[in-house]
Amino acid sequence: MTDDLPLTHEDIAEIAALLENSGYRELDLATRRFRLRVAKAEGGEGGLTQEWQWAGASGEVAAEAAVAQADPQAICSPLPGTFYHAPQPGAPPFVQVGDEVGPETVIGIVETMKLMNPVHAGRSGTIAEMIVADGTLVAKGQALMRLS
Amino acid sequence: MIRKLFIANRGEIALRVIRTARAMGIETVLGASAADVASLPAQLADQVEIVGPGPSSQSYLSVENVVAAAVRSGCDAVHPGYGFLSENATFARAMQAKGIRFVGPDIATLEGMGDKLAARALAVEAGLPVLPGGEAATRADVHTRAAQTGYPLLLKAVSGGGGKGMRRVDRAEDLDTALDMAQAEAQAAFGNAAVYVERFVAMGRHVEVQLLGDGTNAIHLGTRDCSIQRRFQKLVEEAPAPAMPLEAREGIEQAAVRLARHLGYRGAGTAEFLVDATDFSFYFLELNARIQVEHPVTEAITGVDLVEQQLLVAMGKELTLTQAMIRPTGHAIEVRINAEDPDADFRPSPGRATRAAWPAGAGVRVDTHIGQNGEVPPFYDSLMGKLIVHAATREEAVERLGKALESLHIEGLPTTAPLHRRIVADPRFIAGGVDTGFLTGLAQ
Repeated sequence: MTDDLPLTHEDIAEIAALLENSGYRELDLATRRFRLRVAKAEGGEGGLTQEWQWAGASGEVAAEAAVAQADPQAICSPLPGTFYHAPQPGAPPFVQVGDEVGPETVIGIVETMKLMNPVHAGRSGTIAEMIVADGTLVAKGQALMRLS
Repeated sequence: MIRKLFIANRGEIALRVIRTARAMGIETVLGASAADVASLPAQLADQVEIVGPGPSSQSYLSVENVVAAAVRSGCDAVHPGYGFLSENATFARAMQAKGIRFVGPDIATLEGMGDKLAARALAVEAGLPVLPGGEAATRADVHTRAAQTGYPLLLKAVSGGGGKGMRRVDRAEDLDTALDMAQAEAQAAFGNAAVYVERFVAMGRHVEVQLLGDGTNAIHLGTRDCSIQRRFQKLVEEAPAPAMPLEAREGIEQAAVRLARHLGYRGAGTAEFLVDATDFSFYFLELNARIQVEHPVTEAITGVDLVEQQLLVAMGKELTLTQAMIRPTGHAIEVRINAEDPDADFRPSPGRATRAAWPAGAGVRVDTHIGQNGEVPPFYDSLMGKLIVHAATREEAVERLGKALESLHIEGLPTTAPLHRRIVADPRFIAGGVDTGFLTGLAQ
C-alpha cells in the first residue's frame, strides 16, 4: 500500500492557495513515486498550474507514426487504429480487388478509440491490391490498398 | 463490508475509484490490459491483474477474462466504472456467481435499462414522456420505422451509451450506410449490433438528473446540462442546468425520482432527458445505471462523494442522505480534455503527452491519469482528463474556467483545449442554456 496517493483535488487547491498568497513562484514536491510541481503560470496572468511526473508511468508507444507514403496510387489510413474490410465480422467486404471506386466510396473502416471511421478511396480508380489484412493494427498514413 | 475492490476499468475513472476506496480503507486491484500496465492507475492500485491484450474486445470487454482476473485477485467486490462492462448484466451475474459484489444496480435493473427499448417501456410505465420511435430488428424494419418517424432521425444502439453506435441520418439514401456504421460501432463497443430508431429533435437540450437509491428509497442530486456535444459525446457539462425556470427543473427532477422509485433503483444512476429549448417540455431518453463521466460537477455543488455512496449501497447500507440534506450551492462546469484534433473533425489523436501542465487553484479540480509522458493508447476512448471549476455563481464559474484554460498546456498531441477556449469566450455560452446545435454554430 502506498501512502502518497491521498493528495486529493482539495489538497492541490490548498497548496495552490498557499503558493498564491506567498512570495514564491513555484512549489516542487518529490516523493519516491511522483514529482509534483505547482507553479504560477508564465506571463503572470494569475493562473496556477500543476504538473505531475510519475515514476515508471510511461508505456511504449503503440503505433509509431508512419513515414508518409510515397506511392501515389495507395489509399492510406487517415488515422492509427484497427483496419477492417467489412462493416461487421462475417459481412461482405466494402470493396474487393477489381472493384471500381469513386472518391466517396467507403473502402473500409478504421477503429480508433472505439469509433468507427470510414475510409474513403479519395479518388476514382480500380482496386488493384489489398495491402493490409482485415483486423490489422495500422499506423496513420500506412498504405491500406492500392488503386491501378 | 468490502475489503478488497477490483476495478474493471482504466484511465481517470479507475484513478477516481482508487482514491475513494483508499480513503475508505478498502484495498484496490486494477484489472489492466497489457497496454495499460504502466498507466497511472496501475502504478497506484495496490495490486494489478492483467485482463488481456490491448484491444478492448479481448480485455476490458471480455467478461470471461475480467471475471477470471477478479477471482484470481481475491477481491470481494468489483467497481465497473463507466463504459466497458459497467452496464452488462451478464458480467454482473457472472461476478455474483463467484460471490463477488457488483457495485451497481440489481441485475433486473441492468437488464431493463441496458436494453434501451425496454428502458423506454419502463419509463412509459412510470408515467414519463418519450420520443416517437422504437424497435427495428432487421434492415427492412429500420426502413419502415424511418418512414414513420421521418427525417432527420437517430439510429441508436440498443445496448448503447457514450454516443457509440449512434448516427444522425438526414436523408433516406444515407440510411443504409449509417446503419452499417452504427451496427459496427455498437458491435465493437457493446458486443451487440442491434439498433433502434428515434426522432431527432433539432432545438433540444440534454439535461440529466443524478439519482441515488438503496432499493427502497431514492433521491436526486439535481440536474446537469450536457448539451454541448460532438458525435453525441459530451464535451462540456454543468450543474445545475442553467437558464431554465426552477419549476421546469423540478419537474424533470421529480420525473427522474419517480422512475428510480418505480424500478426500486439501487446505487448511483442518471436519468437523461431531451428538453425542448423553447418551451422546456421534456422526453425521457435513457437511464444510465452507472457512474457518469461528468459526476464531479454534481459532487462540486452538493459536496457528496458519489463513488463513496455507490460503495456504501453496494455494501448493503441504506441511504443516510435524505432529499432535504441535498442543498446544492453555486455552479460547476466540467470540460473534457480529449486527445482529439478539433480542427480536423475531432479526429482521435493517440500518442504521448510530452508536457501536461493542468490548471490548479481555488475552485479548480482536475481528474486525470495523464501526467508528463502520459500515454494515450489507440485502443480506448480519447479522454485525457476533466477540468472542473466551481464558483458561487455561473458567471464566476465561467470566468474561472476561462482563466484555468489559459493556464492549461498539453504538448505532444492535439487536444480539445483550444476548442474549449473558444466555447468559454462565446457569448451564447456565457449567456447559458445553449442547445445541442451549439458547436455547429461556433465561430472558428
